[in-house]
Amino acid sequence: MITARNLTKHFHDKKRGLIPAVEDVSFTCQPGRIYGLLGANGAGKTTTLRMLATLIQPTSGTATVAGHDVVADPVKVRAHVGFLAASTALYGRLTAREMIAYFGQLHDMDDAAIAARIRFLADELDMHEFLDRRCDKFSTGMKQKTSIARTLIHDPAVMIFDEPTLGLDVMTARAIVRFVRQCRDRGRTVIYSTHVMSEVEKLCDVIGIIHAGRLVAEGTLPQLQERYAETDMEEIFVKAVGGEAALAAALETKEGRV
Amino acid sequence: MNWRHILTVFLKELKDSLRDRRTLISMIVIPTLVMPGLMFGAGAIMAKVMKKARSEATSLVILGGADSPGVVAALRAEPQFRVVESRTDFRELISNKQIRLAVEIPAGFEAALQAGEPQTVTLYHYESEMKSGLGVSAVEGFFRNLREKTVTERLAGRGLPASLVKPFEVRRENVAPPEKVGGNIIGGVIPYLIIIMCFTGAMYPAIDLTAGEKERGTMETLLCSPVRRVNIVLGKFFMVMTASVTTMVLSLVSMGLSVVVGGSMLGASAAKSAQAAAGGKAAGVIPFIDPAGILGVFAMVLPVAVLFAAVLLAVALFAKSYKEAQSYVSPLIIVIIMPAVLGMLPGIELTAKTALVPILNLSLVCKEMLSGVWHWQYIALIFGSTTLYAGVALAFCVRMFNREDVIFRA
Repeated sequence: MITARNLTKHFHDKKRGLIPAVEDVSFTCQPGRIYGLLGANGAGKTTTLRMLATLIQPTSGTATVAGHDVVADPVKVRAHVGFLAASTALYGRLTAREMIAYFGQLHDMDDAAIAARIRFLADELDMHEFLDRRCDKFSTGMKQKTSIARTLIHDPAVMIFDEPTLGLDVMTARAIVRFVRQCRDRGRTVIYSTHVMSEVEKLCDVIGIIHAGRLVAEGTLPQLQERYAETDMEEIFVKAVGGEAALAAALETKEGRV
Repeated sequence: MNWRHILTVFLKELKDSLRDRRTLISMIVIPTLVMPGLMFGAGAIMAKVMKKARSEATSLVILGGADSPGVVAALRAEPQFRVVESRTDFRELISNKQIRLAVEIPAGFEAALQAGEPQTVTLYHYESEMKSGLGVSAVEGFFRNLREKTVTERLAGRGLPASLVKPFEVRRENVAPPEKVGGNIIGGVIPYLIIIMCFTGAMYPAIDLTAGEKERGTMETLLCSPVRRVNIVLGKFFMVMTASVTTMVLSLVSMGLSVVVGGSMLGASAAKSAQAAAGGKAAGVIPFIDPAGILGVFAMVLPVAVLFAAVLLAVALFAKSYKEAQSYVSPLIIVIIMPAVLGMLPGIELTAKTALVPILNLSLVCKEMLSGVWHWQYIALIFGSTTLYAGVALAFCVRMFNREDVIFRA
């Protein structure tokens, strides 16, 4: 379970001054459901998810993730979270097994538990063939599988995905989507950010539309369709953010935001 | 602090680094092979050049001297001089290194010598040019002999004893054992080498473990683990320390071996010439360095290694990419070399003030320790102050790791 309460993050930039990256964002993600955070580039998705994963601290507001407060108890939050982003890479000089085991050790698991868990994950993800090869020689698909195994080594209750299909080929992207569904079906709390409309439509139980750092709309797909009197997700999105002009203006000013 | 996490991070970084060819080259290959090779290679070339310059006849031009045929003939007769035909553009010839120097013999030199009038012989040379310098000393030697000969003749002519102009002799006697002399010479170079190796050994892994991780995108992966940043920093820090100390120890060992091997070779050749000279002291003593001195140097280097590792980690962490980190770190080498070189200079002594200057103090105290002098108060002061600097640097490094604007610098 994730409960974000008035999450706010401001960055200081020498040239541009104070940048409000995320402004007063509140939402709840339930176990066994996928919460989709939809937004254009620079809308504040990554910043929000990084706050939930305790990689960065909120300027104000807070969130409870898997029962722990992100500000008061970030280490405990991380112990129950699996974080997978396009920016979380693998150590090229380690083998897949070493990579996964390293994170098991960092999660204070003992060697027997790590070995058993790796065996289980390798079965699940069909990784046995390349488990003892070095990650720098992997194909994109192999890398993604290893990354997934890395996020799952400690069997986290909450999964945070930050644009995990970014730059992937269709096959790998589909595998990721399938895997995210499995997480939900196993009762995990899942939050998934993307700017791809079709992914949201297919995958997410609840959709939050984030624009210029603010959560501008939230609901299930039917609820949003009803509210904006549109069936197409893209149309809903454009209406929710205040029209194409607003979207273009936001993209221009937010260029380069984290 | 969680030592289990620190150890986990350290062991992973160690494994990762040992699989990296670039780290292996900077940590193992360069110190063991390249450094001594470079030093001895350069030394051998220098010695060869010097030997050649010495054995070559000094080419010179004689200006004037038409009315002093005796001196000119004596100069020409010397096998170590090669007299070139006199030319008016001698200055240019010296500058172009076609001749080493020009000797100007004043008009009526020999006549004035007979009459006992004072004379001045002028040597035109090229200051700071090695061959010209060698030529000047050779020609000066020639004229010194001539002067002494003249003095002796004059004294004899007046029936006076030679001791009149030389009432007493000054003799030097060395009390320092030959190995201590070696210790002093090497003691000046070793601290400098240690400081440089300590720094360069830490440089590569420090960049790889911070900016390198950022560039490859693994920093964010690591930060999502439930490990406190301080433990990550310390794990990485111990890896950088390990690389730094390994580089230093390996380079010292290989240098030491080369000195022993080179020294015994020198000793063997010196023994031969000593036999020939019958009873001459062996000149090729292997420079001896007090083992306690070496241990002392290691102890004193440790806080400096901590300081280097922490500063390098903090600076490199700030960079977004490997390249950027290199451009921040490279100028630091100059900052390190300056005080290290200063410590090798003769006039700079260990005082309460210099003992507080990082790196310089290490350079100075190591020189003392290696020649067997132990200033305990200074040693304590230097160790204490450097530990303090190192502690501050490490705290700064941890602080940098906790700054999200540094970690996620876009």
